[in-house]
Amino acid sequence: MSDAEFRVQFAGPLVSFQDAGRRGHMRFGVPASGPMDRLAYRAALAALGATADATVIEVSMGGLQLECVSGRLSLALAGGDFHIEIGGTKLSGWVVFEIEAGQRLSIRPGKQGSWAYLAFAGDLQAERWLGHAATHSTSGFGGGQLQTGQRLRVENAQLREDRHGQIALAELRNMADPMRVVMGPQDRCFTDTILSSYRQEEFRLTDAYDRMGVRLSGPELTLSEALSIPSEPITRGSVQVSGDGVATVLLADHQTTGGYPKIATILACDTDRLTQLRAGDSLRFQPVSAEEAVTISRSYAAALDAYLAEIGEPKGTLAQRLMRENLISGYELSAEANDAAEPGGSARK
Amino acid sequence: MQELTFLPVADHALMVQLGTEVSEALSAQVVALDKAISAAGIEGVQETVPAFVNLLVEFDPLVTDHATLQAQITGCAERAEVRDNAGTLHEVPVCYDADLAPDLAAVAEARGISEEEAIALHLSGDYRVGMYGFAPGYAYLSGVPEALRVPRKPAPVRGIPRGAVLIAGPQCLVTTLKMPTGWSIIGRSPTEVLCNDPARPFLFDVGDRIKFRRIDRAEFDASYREDAT
Repeated sequence: MSDAEFRVQFAGPLVSFQDAGRRGHMRFGVPASGPMDRLAYRAALAALGATADATVIEVSMGGLQLECVSGRLSLALAGGDFHIEIGGTKLSGWVVFEIEAGQRLSIRPGKQGSWAYLAFAGDLQAERWLGHAATHSTSGFGGGQLQTGQRLRVENAQLREDRHGQIALAELRNMADPMRVVMGPQDRCFTDTILSSYRQEEFRLTDAYDRMGVRLSGPELTLSEALSIPSEPITRGSVQVSGDGVATVLLADHQTTGGYPKIATILACDTDRLTQLRAGDSLRFQPVSAEEAVTISRSYAAALDAYLAEIGEPKGTLAQRLMRENLISGYELSAEANDAAEPGGSARK
Repeated sequence: MQELTFLPVADHALMVQLGTEVSEALSAQVVALDKAISAAGIEGVQETVPAFVNLLVEFDPLVTDHATLQAQITGCAERAEVRDNAGTLHEVPVCYDADLAPDLAAVAEARGISEEEAIALHLSGDYRVGMYGFAPGYAYLSGVPEALRVPRKPAPVRGIPRGAVLIAGPQCLVTTLKMPTGWSIIGRSPTEVLCNDPARPFLFDVGDRIKFRRIDRAEFDASYREDAT
């Protein structure tokens, strides 16, 4: 085992270090942060055989270019439909691949999806805050946002050839499905007419979208009374409505308390799916009961665990795989298959 | 203890509502319930977030659910001991020099008092941590004396340095980061609410009490650090 080093040739805005997130400090004004799309983060780590809370780079639509300065190691990329170019070779995301000193890696967004996770076989070094490298974007605490010219170091860099190749896409979610919500806590502040348009009409993401949240456009969600609630705790997935009737969905770096009424809160699994939409993409909401929400959550967790276990299995040595599946052309074929896939890695049923 | 109202929040949280009006008495109840939930060690509870009139309980839906928690928290409320002035008392030094207190003159003028009277009023307040929010370590302190209260400014001002002592309405806070604010800046404190101590990363707990102490420029300069954490 040895170390590997990279130089950041270019990092777009909101490209940051993330890990599983720092839970437990919301009472002190600190949200968990961590990956916007927890499914894709976990998939990249599982496919690479990395620990479940390892530090990765969350790549935004701004893209990322790295140069490997020293070492040789395996990497994984999973998330939206992102494209990779490495040493002149093109790959599609949802892949485990290798890089060595002298090679350049470029990651750019494709047609769909907003975030991708670049995981390293080894320990990616990053600043930690409260024990975690997860970047809280508003304060910059944690690993921070990547800067052009910055050096990255990976300790214990490893080559895991038995894991190289495409990552099977998760059939856990369909991007076109409505976002399931539990209504409230302040749904009582809206008239029945407003509540029914919330349930039935289409909303769109706007470009007011960052790690704190995304503002939506759609029907105006007028409050039935000039409502002033004392500031109260808010959570990831909250759909808060400002005085002008505009809804904002709170995401990984949300403020922990606030005084705007919340019409509903999106289930965790659907909040992750929502983050892979882009400005202009449409969405609908579908209310479910609290009991249904827990049931959905549990079946999703079981399916996710099964999927992660499946993609976490090493594929075998290179020689074995060349024998088995003629991998050289296999790369090309699966790259095309990925182009047709849904964003966020959700395959069509 | 007030009667509790429970509101489900998605698949992973439960809002426990103790009332609707902000008061010292209600805050003390929130703190008491928060402590009781923590002491009960309820399976599946990941964290609790106390605020002015309610408390959010984040939980692992693979372990528990809203109804189970509701029953357990109702039990906790029966055992909770509400105590006035139960929190730890902290003394927070403040320097009110004009360059560190750009809004002090305007606040004094708005309330028809002198700057020295405004400072004396600020120092006379008994403050209590009602909740955290906005940004890491931003502790909302209630207890600004009536005669010093001013509304928020119409538009926020950017780039306010760490340690700024702000007031708006009945609330006061000491900032931890360079951030915009629409509150009035009446002083600056060298106190670090983000302690950079893994064992105790935040100086105050919700429910703690605070008294401000005036310091001169020499004492301020000796202890203020420009960079946070």
